[in-house]
Amino acid sequence: MQRRKRQFDTAMKYSLLFAALASMLIVLMIGVFTFREALPAFRHIGLEKLLTEPVWRPGQEQYGILAMIAGSGLVTLGSVILGVPLALGCAIFLSEIARPRVRAVVKPCIELLAGIPSVVYGLFGMVVIVPIVRQIEVPGNTGFGLLSASIVLAIMILPTITSVSDHAIRSVPKEYREGSLAMGATKWETVSRVVIPSARSGIISAVVLGLGRALGETIAMIMVIGNSVIIPAAASSNPLTIFLSRARTLTGNIAVEINYATGLHQSALFATGVILFLLIMIVNSSARYLMSRGGMRKSG
Amino acid sequence: MTEDVVMKTRGYTLFYGGFKALNDITMDIPVNSITAIIGPSGCGKSSLIRSFNRMNDLIVDSRVEGTILVDDEDIYSKDVVELRKKVGMVFQRPNPFPKSIFDNVAYGPRIHGTRDRSKLAAIVEKSLRDSALWDEVKDDLDKSALSLSGGQQQRLCIARALAVEPEVILMDEPASALDPVATLKIEELMEKLKRKYTIVVVTHNMQQAARVSDYTAFLLTDVDRAGNLIEFGRTSEIFTKPVDKRTEDYISGRFG
Repeated sequence: MQRRKRQFDTAMKYSLLFAALASMLIVLMIGVFTFREALPAFRHIGLEKLLTEPVWRPGQEQYGILAMIAGSGLVTLGSVILGVPLALGCAIFLSEIARPRVRAVVKPCIELLAGIPSVVYGLFGMVVIVPIVRQIEVPGNTGFGLLSASIVLAIMILPTITSVSDHAIRSVPKEYREGSLAMGATKWETVSRVVIPSARSGIISAVVLGLGRALGETIAMIMVIGNSVIIPAAASSNPLTIFLSRARTLTGNIAVEINYATGLHQSALFATGVILFLLIMIVNSSARYLMSRGGMRKSG
Repeated sequence: MTEDVVMKTRGYTLFYGGFKALNDITMDIPVNSITAIIGPSGCGKSSLIRSFNRMNDLIVDSRVEGTILVDDEDIYSKDVVELRKKVGMVFQRPNPFPKSIFDNVAYGPRIHGTRDRSKLAAIVEKSLRDSALWDEVKDDLDKSALSLSGGQQQRLCIARALAVEPEVILMDEPASALDPVATLKIEELMEKLKRKYTIVVVTHNMQQAARVSDYTAFLLTDVDRAGNLIEFGRTSEIFTKPVDKRTEDYISGRFG
């Protein structure tokens, strides 16, 4: 009997190990195959040209993805600027201010946002956000562009950042709050000077998870960002009008063109995928670095 | 008692929702002394000490009858921020913030409006000297407070409380999470601090109460599980000739 149990243990150990290895293998395979398909593009166009050439005109063998990098970068930046304060506000409200009964209503609502398919966000953006943005009177503004896309994306990353930050804030020991309040600090002083700084590493990972989601979002972006392959530029002397420009994201570039692309064009789209992959890896590892350096860790 | 009294409770009764935690507590805490609150687990010691700076306000549904006076002022009629500046607190588990040693001690003065860096530095040094921690940390003020040992962390928490110049320091089992050597240091520190401050300490350690305190309050639950003050007096008297039979039973180790 003992022996049977031990054998079962060993069997379980190896099947779980297999599960872990399988997921690692899948990541590896995606990396390898995407890279293999992208290889002709890297060979014939060259990484430098791919990254710095401003023109993407596959018909004329011009394959620069700078415009898409700018598009993805700006829309992600926009969504973070709009979404992070909102999400943090939600998280602080939920964890520190809301009574249990209010929390029981608000939290599921925010979590529900995460379950809405992104194509529905795209529809919402087209019929609600775009017409509003179109009201801004700037020459050439159609409503489709970075601002609309940033707003839609901000809503999309809201639940991720809110839930993870809420969790981080609630994990701050009660003793910290009591220590601060017992010093005569007000609730707000306690939250802003003790609770939030203590939850910093969790909040950073929340924002980075949101960033990753924003960089990877495809269909909703295609529907509201305008998809023009241009490097976004300000339409007037006000530099903020850059956000009214149409743009295309790295993800959108692949999704829009992959169905009819062949040869080098197809390979260039895979190369776009590789670069997206690398960008997200850079974001994640810089976040991990920030987290390891950021919080004062318990060591004794 | 003829000594000056800094805090008084008058018929103080505390409820958590429908549960009565403390029943009709009336006692006087003399100034520049150490008052120990003793009693078996669940007798309301912590509830009582947390009443002096209104920490029980944080508990939803808590309610009080009677009152507590600090410097002859009703603590429920004054601003809780002012009260907590006057009546500081040190907790059972050392709870320094995950900030530097300096920032921990400077926390109170900063929230109460001190911005000047050199003033803050002076306060930090003085508080750390008063809490007997200065010599151990003076070169590491920028290090995380969490890198200190448990005993050092607790003295840091004492320094943090001293930095806002309170009159009273409440200590809720300040040494129960510490080893004997660190405990001894805290007790020595309490002896020293009582010259300038009034200390109220909750302890479940009878020897500690006998060693450090000048006055002792003995709490015990009644049939409804509410904490009652059984006896209050000079520690020397409580421990040698208690008036109440229950006090005698408790301190001689017959129960609890």
